Amino acid sequence: MDELILKLKEQVIERLNLKDLKPGDIGDDQPLFVEGIGLDSIDALELIVLLQQEYNIKLSNAEDGPRVFHSIRTMADYITANSSAIKVSS
Amino acid sequence: MRDQIFVAGLGIITAIGNDLTTNLQSLCEEKTGIGEMVWLSSVHRGELPVGEVKYSNAELAVATGLPTQLSRTALLSAIAAREALVDAGWGKSNLFRTGFISANTVGGMDKTENFFKLFSKDKTAGKLADVVNHECGAVTELVADYLGIQHFVSTVSTACSSSANAIFTGARMIKAGLLDFALVGGADALTRFTLNGFNTLMILDKELCKPFDENRHGLNLGEGAAYLLLTSEKGLKQLNKKPYARISGYANANDAFHQTASSPEGTGSFLAMKGAMDKARLLPADIDYINLHGTGTQNNDIAEGTAIRLLFDPAYPKMSSTKAYTGHTLGASGAVEAVYSVLAIRHGLIFPNLRWQTAMKEFPFQPVTVCLKNQRVHHVLSNSFGFGGNCSSLIFSAA
Amino acid sequence: MKIYIRSTGNISPQHSLDTESFFLNRINPSADFFKSFEPDYDSFVDSKMIRRMSRIVKMGVAASLTCLRSAGIEQPGAILTATSYGCLEDSSSFLRRMIEFEETMLSPTAFIQSTHNTVGAQIALLLKCHHYNNCIVHRAFSFENALIESRLLLEDGMAPVLVGAVDEITDDRHAILSRFGLYKKTNAYGNIAGEGAAFFLLDKERGSDPLAEWIDLQILYRPSNEDEVQEAIRNFLKQNGLSLEDVGLVLTSHTGNARRDESDDRLLNSLFRGKNHFPFKSLCGDFPTASGFAFWLASVLLKQQRQPSWMDGLKFPLKKILIHHHSGNTHHSFFLIGAV
Repeated sequence: MDELILKLKEQVIERLNLKDLKPGDIGDDQPLFVEGIGLDSIDALELIVLLQQEYNIKLSNAEDGPRVFHSIRTMADYITANSSAIKVSS
Repeated sequence: MRDQIFVAGLGIITAIGNDLTTNLQSLCEEKTGIGEMVWLSSVHRGELPVGEVKYSNAELAVATGLPTQLSRTALLSAIAAREALVDAGWGKSNLFRTGFISANTVGGMDKTENFFKLFSKDKTAGKLADVVNHECGAVTELVADYLGIQHFVSTVSTACSSSANAIFTGARMIKAGLLDFALVGGADALTRFTLNGFNTLMILDKELCKPFDENRHGLNLGEGAAYLLLTSEKGLKQLNKKPYARISGYANANDAFHQTASSPEGTGSFLAMKGAMDKARLLPADIDYINLHGTGTQNNDIAEGTAIRLLFDPAYPKMSSTKAYTGHTLGASGAVEAVYSVLAIRHGLIFPNLRWQTAMKEFPFQPVTVCLKNQRVHHVLSNSFGFGGNCSSLIFSAA
Repeated sequence: MKIYIRSTGNISPQHSLDTESFFLNRINPSADFFKSFEPDYDSFVDSKMIRRMSRIVKMGVAASLTCLRSAGIEQPGAILTATSYGCLEDSSSFLRRMIEFEETMLSPTAFIQSTHNTVGAQIALLLKCHHYNNCIVHRAFSFENALIESRLLLEDGMAPVLVGAVDEITDDRHAILSRFGLYKKTNAYGNIAGEGAAFFLLDKERGSDPLAEWIDLQILYRPSNEDEVQEAIRNFLKQNGLSLEDVGLVLTSHTGNARRDESDDRLLNSLFRGKNHFPFKSLCGDFPTASGFAFWLASVLLKQQRQPSWMDGLKFPLKKILIHHHSGNTHHSFFLIGAV
């Protein structure tokens, strides 16, 4: 999980071009949107693409976004949950 | 009154008709043009409904006499622009001081995206003929040259408000005495670029759209072209024509909130509508019909609705979004809806908001759901709100 | 109605952000195109907004903010942007990915940034400016048509007007236009591609220290022959109560390509014979909105009333400058700018 959390932080920084930030600057539970890092709706869409391209997980309902992308940890939890679901079914 | 600007001619091609008469008929018969993708080749065919014009490029070429290999945007533009001139009885003797101000958002992108398929792998590949008219302005000039207009030619591109902006620019130029006639409007063809672009924003409805409905799920893209021939009182005499209507007000304001989303208070929308009414010296109670921007997205309809509530509460005019018929025609939408607004005045009609079922919980008003006839339609407010917070409103009034 | 050029902001292949440097050093193209000197954008926009901005948007934003700051204005009465190619880098980027990923897994940022009015929209967003905002995308008349609209807006009371032209070079644009034979390395310049972002604050009021007066502008689309061009220039001056005698400097549209410049040379030997002249595209390169650079150059020369160290022959006081901008034989425009 720690590995995934670190990797996610690096990917978020790169994908969203947050040049001023390093992984250490983003708290695992820090809110990503509105307050905290201050991401917006376009960033949310970029994160949906990130999930698809890097983790093969499709978030088809944009309204789940706020819950899934609340923090790096909620993202990591979602990825873990959905990756195991795929493993179980295969 | 001096400096009144009249609408002397109309031309239009959309998913609901290849000319003015057919568009009007479809509006009255409540027939939508949105459905399966036929002409555009995309992986989303069968998944995303669109409002395609029913002519193929070959048919558009035959109808206009232009080459088939031109951008579809140019072909659509040519057919509607020519119809407006013919409708107005404008002839070559009126060429002097006639301007052509057209709008589009992606120019010849329908050809460019084919070019790029080959070019992206090898910079020496791809047919140059496919990109020679890529620019927005190039498409406009193809049509200006086709019509023989060269006194003043321009292109506006402000996303979904583009052709509304082209319309009031023409009006301004006539008022300032720079033009006698202004052929104004816009065109946009469907492209994979825009279809996929909007899809990344997750605002496309996989079903037929339901603007201003509580259970709306987004917009359907459309394509088309529409033009109005504007002129002064003097120009009307030259044409010996009875005008359809006047442009009595217009305004543009910027939401300045976010690049694509509208502010929840609908600031830009409010300022545009109020500005147009102030220019027309009208009060909210004077407006008989609002042709809504009404795309069917969560965000637009709330923002636009909020602005309408702020301006009109407690007495709301009749309103509807005709995008339920045509889809969102992007660069053409301001002009398409301007033509429909003028038809509403001419024929005393209020067009319905097709497929509407449930009122939005935020608002005490609801759109019209059947085509109303024999209405007193003297003043129509038409809204066009685009990306980049670009908000425009036009007011047409009985002449 | 007099229209004053109250201030400017110009990001170009010359030192246009620093007048003294511009007057001392002329920059020549390094390859077969001119690339702009770019400022540190962090001093104009905070990191949250800048991270999403493409190069052309950054250029336009920085040039317009420089222009507004010079005049001490926070909110213009209207914002007009002109561009011929639009936001090319983002358009190309989105297209390439659309093709590579076969219309799946596409990211929204490039698409959003590709809209032509992005520059004007970002300026409005940064300033929280709710006023009039429009974008003209019409080839070599983009800047000209935007200026014509500026005059109308000023007449309608929307003052001051922030108006600017932006176009960028990208590898794709250069590769494609090279295939059209537009750029040939035939001599020291050849026909060199250019780019830039030039913004101006126009007003009916002088303000504290205007650069110059924009007197008039005329466009001429598809003239039948060169005689028609010459006739148009003469009439243009006459309409303004002037003749060529009154023009102290002509800024010409020479590109450096001998064949393409033949008509410009003929003008120098006829209508403009004996006039001081300078080819503005030798400073900014060839692109459809290069007239924005010429407009800036004229304003600066009229304000400074001295010539750059690398120019010669100018006579002072310099009272009127005529700009002749053209792209091929189809798009001609003439500007008249005067000292205040």
